[in-house]
Formats: sequence, C-alpha cells, structure tokens
Amino acid sequence: MSSWIDYTINGIIIGNIYALLAVGLALIFGVSRLINFAHGSVYVVGAYAGFVAVTQLGTPLPLTIVIVVAVGALLGLGIERFGLRPLQGYAHIAPLLATIGLSFVLDQLVQLTFSPDPRALPSELLERRFQVGSGTIGALDILIAAVGIGSAALLYYFLRFTRLGWAIRATAQDRDAAQQMGVDVNAVNRAVFAIASALGAVSGLLVGMYYNYIDPAMSFQATLKGVVAQVVGGVGNVPGAIAGSMLLGIVESYGIALFGTSYRNLFAFILLVLVLVLRPNGLFASRRQTPPEPMTGTFIAPSKPIQISYPVLIGIAVVMALLPLVLPNPYVLQTLTNAWLYGLLGLSLTLIAGTVGLISLGHAALLAIGGYASALLSLDLGMPVGASILLAGVIAAAIGTILVFPSFRLRGHYFSIATLAIGEIVSLVILNWESVTRGPIGVAGIPPLSIFGFELDTDRSIYWFALAVLVILAALQFRLLGSHLGRTLRAMRDDDIAARSYGIGLDRYKALAFSVGSFAAGVSGGITSHLYSYINHETFNSQLSILALTIVILGGMGNVTGAILGSVLLVGLPEVFRVAAEYRVLIYGLVLLLLVRFRPQGLLGTI
Amino acid sequence: MSANTSFLEVRGLTRRFGGLTAVNNVDLDLAEGEFLSIIGPNGAGKTTLFNLMTGHDDPDGGTVTFMGRDITRLSPERLAALGIARTFQHGRVFANLSVMDNVLVGAHVRFKAVRPAWPFPLNLLGPVAEVALALIRPPSVVAEEQRMREEALKILSRFGDRLLPRLDNPTYSLSYANRRRVEIGRALALGPKLLLLDEPTAGMNQTETAEMQALIGDLKKSGLTILLIEHKLDMVMQLSDRVVVMDNGTVIANGKPAEVRNDPAVIEAYLGHRRADRPEASVPEAAQ
Repeated sequence: MSSWIDYTINGIIIGNIYALLAVGLALIFGVSRLINFAHGSVYVVGAYAGFVAVTQLGTPLPLTIVIVVAVGALLGLGIERFGLRPLQGYAHIAPLLATIGLSFVLDQLVQLTFSPDPRALPSELLERRFQVGSGTIGALDILIAAVGIGSAALLYYFLRFTRLGWAIRATAQDRDAAQQMGVDVNAVNRAVFAIASALGAVSGLLVGMYYNYIDPAMSFQATLKGVVAQVVGGVGNVPGAIAGSMLLGIVESYGIALFGTSYRNLFAFILLVLVLVLRPNGLFASRRQTPPEPMTGTFIAPSKPIQISYPVLIGIAVVMALLPLVLPNPYVLQTLTNAWLYGLLGLSLTLIAGTVGLISLGHAALLAIGGYASALLSLDLGMPVGASILLAGVIAAAIGTILVFPSFRLRGHYFSIATLAIGEIVSLVILNWESVTRGPIGVAGIPPLSIFGFELDTDRSIYWFALAVLVILAALQFRLLGSHLGRTLRAMRDDDIAARSYGIGLDRYKALAFSVGSFAAGVSGGITSHLYSYINHETFNSQLSILALTIVILGGMGNVTGAILGSVLLVGLPEVFRVAAEYRVLIYGLVLLLLVRFRPQGLLGTI
Repeated sequence: MSANTSFLEVRGLTRRFGGLTAVNNVDLDLAEGEFLSIIGPNGAGKTTLFNLMTGHDDPDGGTVTFMGRDITRLSPERLAALGIARTFQHGRVFANLSVMDNVLVGAHVRFKAVRPAWPFPLNLLGPVAEVALALIRPPSVVAEEQRMREEALKILSRFGDRLLPRLDNPTYSLSYANRRRVEIGRALALGPKLLLLDEPTAGMNQTETAEMQALIGDLKKSGLTILLIEHKLDMVMQLSDRVVVMDNGTVIANGKPAEVRNDPAVIEAYLGHRRADRPEASVPEAAQ
C-alpha cells in the first residue's frame, strides 16, 4: 500500500516536470500554431546550464535557477528568430520542420561541448526526505511541486492581468485581428518563446537534479513527453496541458509499478495515439468539434521540376553500374551502396510524404520492421536470404499500413505526431518482445546477403545488388506516378475535400500508397540487416527518420530522382569528406533548417 | 419532365451550428432535366444546403433522396459514384496538377478497367489489383486511359481556346476564371446525372460571366439536371426553370423566375424592409 503512495507521489512529481514542458509547448502553439520540436533541446540546454553553474561556479540553488531561466529565455528568443519568424506565410508544417532542424543543431552542439557521456547534476536536496503517512516525500519533490505550481500561478496571473498577457491571449484567439488592433505579434511571439523556454529549461534542471543524471540524448524524449502531455490535454490549451501532464506522469508511474521501467514510454505513446485518433481535441475538449483549423501537412512548394529524360536516367544508371569496374575502390563502393540503401528509404518517403503529402516522422520504424523480419526469417526459420528480404518488404508494408491506418483521418501536424509516436512504439515493442526479437540484446549472426544461393561476399557484388534493387523500385515508382494512381494520389494531397467529391476514397488510396512506400523501406531495412549482421532496437532510430525527411526535401518532395540524389548528397558526401559522425548530425540539422527556409522545393523540384 | 416521381427530393433538412440554424426544415424537389436555382442573401444557408446534399456535412434532421434512393449522410465519394458532381464556392482545383489531370481526376469513378469489380472476399484485394494494373497496364487499361483523355479534350474544347493551349500547365498558374472553368470541366468529366454549381461566376468580369452563362445554357439544353447557386440575378432569371429563394435558413419562395421576382417576401429579404420597423434599426441620433 505504501508503495502505491510512493508511486502516486512520484507520478505527480514527474507530471509537474512534464507540465513545465507542456505548458510552454501549449503557449507556443497557442500564439503561433507551431509544435516546437526544439523544446526538448531547450530542456537539455537548461540542464547543462545548471550543471555548469553548479559544478564550475558552485552557485547556490536559487542563483542556479535564475541562470537557467535566463539561458532558457535567450535560447527561446533565438528559436523564435530562426525557427519561426522567417517562415511566416510558408506551409504550416514548415516551422515544425525548422524546429526539428534546430533541435538537431542544438543537441549536437551540446554533445560536442560536453561529450555524449552522462553527467551527474548533484543537489544537496536529493538526500532529504520526510515521512508522509506511510510513504515518504523528498525535499526535491517538494521543490519540484512548488516550482510547478508556482509557475502555473504566475503564468495565470500574467496571462490574466497584465497587458502583455492580454495581448498573448488575443493573439492566440485571432492573430490577424490582434495585429489589426495594434498588438505587436512578433513581440508577443518573442515573449511567449522566452517564457516557454525558461520553463522548459527549469524543467531540464529539475529533472537533472531529480535523477542526478543528465545526457544530451534526453532532448528527444523530453520533446515527445511534452507533446504527449499537450495533445492529451488538448493542443494549445494551457490548463489542459497541466492536467495532461499529471495524467501522463501518473499513468507512467503506475505502468512502471505494474510492468517495469522498459514499458514506461510505451504507455505514453500508446496514450498519445489513442487520444489523437479518438479525441483529437484532447481529453478535456468540451464537446466534439472539428480540429481547430485544417493545418494541411503538405510541404509542397509549387515549382517547375527539372525534367530529366528517361534516356539520361538510364545512362546514369549504366554509368553507376559500370563504376565498380573502373573504380574498384572498396571505400567508394561501400559508401555508394549505403547511399543506394538510403535511396530506397528516400523512394519510400518521397512517395508518402511528397506524392501523398503524409509527412511521416517515424519512417525508420519501417526499416526496423523490414530489418527484423528479414533477419529473423533467415536466422530462425532458415529462409533463403533473397526471399526473406522480399518477404520483409511485404511484412513492412502490411504491419506499417495496419499501424498507421487509424491515423489516416488525422491531418497535418497531427498525422506527423502520430507517426512519430508509432515509430517509437515499434522500437519499444522490439525492445520488449524478447521471445521474438531477443529484446535489448539484439539479433546477432544474421546471415550475409545472398541471392539464389550465391553469397554476395565482395563489395562489388553487394554494390550491384543494392543498385539493382534501387533501379528496379525507382522504375516501378516512375511507372506508378505516370499511371492514373499518380494523379489520384497527388489530387488527394492538393485538396482532399475536392478529391472525395470526385469519388476518391481517401483511406483506400492512402493505404495503397503507404503499402507501396513501406515495401521499399522494408526491403532497404532487410538488406541493411544482412549487411550489418547485427541489429538491435536502436539500429533504426528516430534520427534516421529525420534524415530520410531531409533527403526527400533536399531532392524535392515526390521526386523519385530527387530522393536518390538527396541520398547520395547527404549520405555520400559527408563520407567522401570523412566528416566525423557527430558533425554529420549537425550538418543534417543545418541542411534541413536551410532547405525549409531557402529552398522548400528542393534541388530538382516538387512533383 | 416527370412530375410524379421526384429526381431529387429533400425533406425537412436541418443543420444547426450551435445556436444558429443554418438550414431549417428545407424541402426541395427537382425533376429530371430541370434547371433549379437557389438564390438568397449571403448567409441564407445556400452553401450549407449544398454541403448537406453532397455529403460534406451531416444534417441534424431530414432526408435527401436521389433517384428513389435515400442518400442522406452518404459520403461524398459514394455520391460521386452515383453521378452527383459539384463545384465549390471558392473554387477548389488540384493546384499542382495539370489542367488535363484535373479533368481526368473528375472522371475517376468512371475508370473501370483499373478497378475490377470483384465480389466480396476478393474485393479486399482491390487496392493490390489496382496497383498491379497501374504498373502492368494491359491493353484494356491503356485503351481506357486513351478514351478518357479524348473525352477530356472534348470537354475542355467547350471552353474554346481558354484551356486547350494550357493542357499541361499546373492549375496554380492559371487565372482565377480559368481555374473555375477547370473545375466545371472536372465536374463534367464525372458524367454527372446531377450537377451542382456553387456560384460559378463569382469574381468573373462581364465577358467571362456571359461566356460562362452561355456554357451553362448549353449544358441545360443537353438535358443535364442542374442545381445552381448564384448571386447574379440576370443569369438566374434567364437560365432557370424554377427559382428557390432562401433567407435565414428557410425557403421563403419557390416558383417560376417571373413569379419569384415579384414576390414581396423576396423583395423584403433582399432589401430588408422589415428592418425599418425595428426600433434598433432606426437611424442613430448622432448620424442625423
């Protein structure tokens, strides 16, 4: 019994921390309709700012909090300046993508400065505990609760009774009308980003002290948790965000009590997907209503695509096929093989995010499904490797489509968030389903690539195999786009309401396109698993999903040739210049940020 | 015109938005081949009525029957398959698609060769078959595509040389009037039994309006059943067999153009005489 009190208290404390994140996200969404994916980075920077203050400067706690608030607020101003303000009038999803790019840059900078190793964030408060009934409560718990409740009260006062607070609420209700009435909307945005980021940074500091542990990888999880809490409470709804955070904290805490820690995030993400699909306005929305505005998720900048004729494309393919004979350099061949495999992923995502306009942020999950399917089929069932890869594509198509099907009704940002959560769910299921996936140990000893019993053991043969698969699937995709399906899918993307009026069943065609796209991703994952011979639940992580998105935006959304070019440039070039791995992620983030801002149509143009 | 069985029959259709009843207990009958216009001041509920009839919105009460079949609450895609085509008040073309592709999407429900109509358990494989047929393209599929393209060209030639020279241009690059023309071309490609036009000449100049009116007149002559929402009364009076007037969500008049034109209730709705009686509508002192 006493342990249940402990779990409840723990849930409320964690809920308070989530609330600090979620309230910030809700404020930002309220005034700018942006789900700020850099929010977790602010949280990490806050934690590290506290770490530096405490360990290097030896500041007392109140001063540490002031420093963290200042750093967070400054960072928030920076995010507003680079992530949001230049993108007014762009597609609604553009600032979201920009903040993803910013978060990559910030996280990587933290990692480069402080190393990826975890640090301890000591706090004298950690040791003190008080007896409450049959359970105990720590001094730090009380501090966290006090900060949570205190900032909620301050925020309430600020929004309710100050001039700037009024301006913020007015802007949230109707941005244009507020502007007409003389509200400086940019100033409001700045204020909101500063407040939200200060809260986020303090949240990072408190978590660091609570667990006496900080590392740069906390960022992504923090963003996700804040987003979950916010969506559960109703996007843009500040009291809802607080309630959602508490609920999430308690659900997680009880989940840990019942099933163990490795299930913790699983509950959070399943909760998110359920709420999105069943109550898209959050649990506390007064009544069923249509989502606040149709935030179309398509990121299609009208452009004249650069036409490359088929003979030229075939010529390039032939040159690439002959390359190993002219340049038998294993390093170059391995790099290009890698680029071809990412090219397959690009084909997949450019169809789904570009041609159909469903911006998937969890695409790596399809690689994971394909990778595990092919590895386990060949290893445990003794299936020949070529057949297992083919079947892996089919399995990825089937599972991927079934998982994402309920989310097809979501539009814009909401679909993207759902895919993000589904991607995390897949990874967590792989981690926890030990009887099949071998859990955290991963799958080792995956048989090498072979086709019709011939083992592909040279760099050259592997290169040819990957290139052949890419060329075949790219040719099929060209043919698909040139058929009635190409125009049907693009029509649906451009205007789903008009498309329905002309007899296009949205679910049917979204599912159809998603399956076709997932097949290519599954095949790519399958081949990769045989090349690596070892995979685990982190082989295909969420960074890969964002890299895939950067690849297809770079090439031009919906553009088959563009996806392959993007892959060669983003995967191949850093390799050629031997850029160290930690700088690569930085580059991906910068490229994404710059593309969204300066060349949303990509290099070859959207189709 | 057959008067006994109604082609389209609307009974007691109602839609409320919070406290506002946008469409209030509306009855409407349309005979096959008839041209009916719905007019009324802004906010009268015309477009909401269209949305209810075309499956874009669910009514709070009432029924819609089309060719003897209850179509209330059917999805827009089902209604398209039944032969109901509509255009949109503010124009909704597929901006990144070419003119030709826009019109071909209009013919979507008529593509049979790519979507085999299989019985129940097999029809679950329909999407797989559709992908396979799109990739393999047997002669039947190629011939169907060719036929539809020729038909689309014929439809587009109705607009003279407005659209023919721009077949491959994406529609975002077209003028506003041309986008409206593409929308009507797309609706015709469906091969509609019933065509609903929502302000087809909104934002057009006089020449363009006259051109559009001639085109709609041709469609009427070809025997197509048409329901039109329009503010330009000259056009309405010249084209319509019958006119229905709406105000505040209800039908206030229904009859031949000449009858409706002189109906006092209509004049009142348009000119707002009733308001003069209300004390709060009297001219404020400060303005005198």
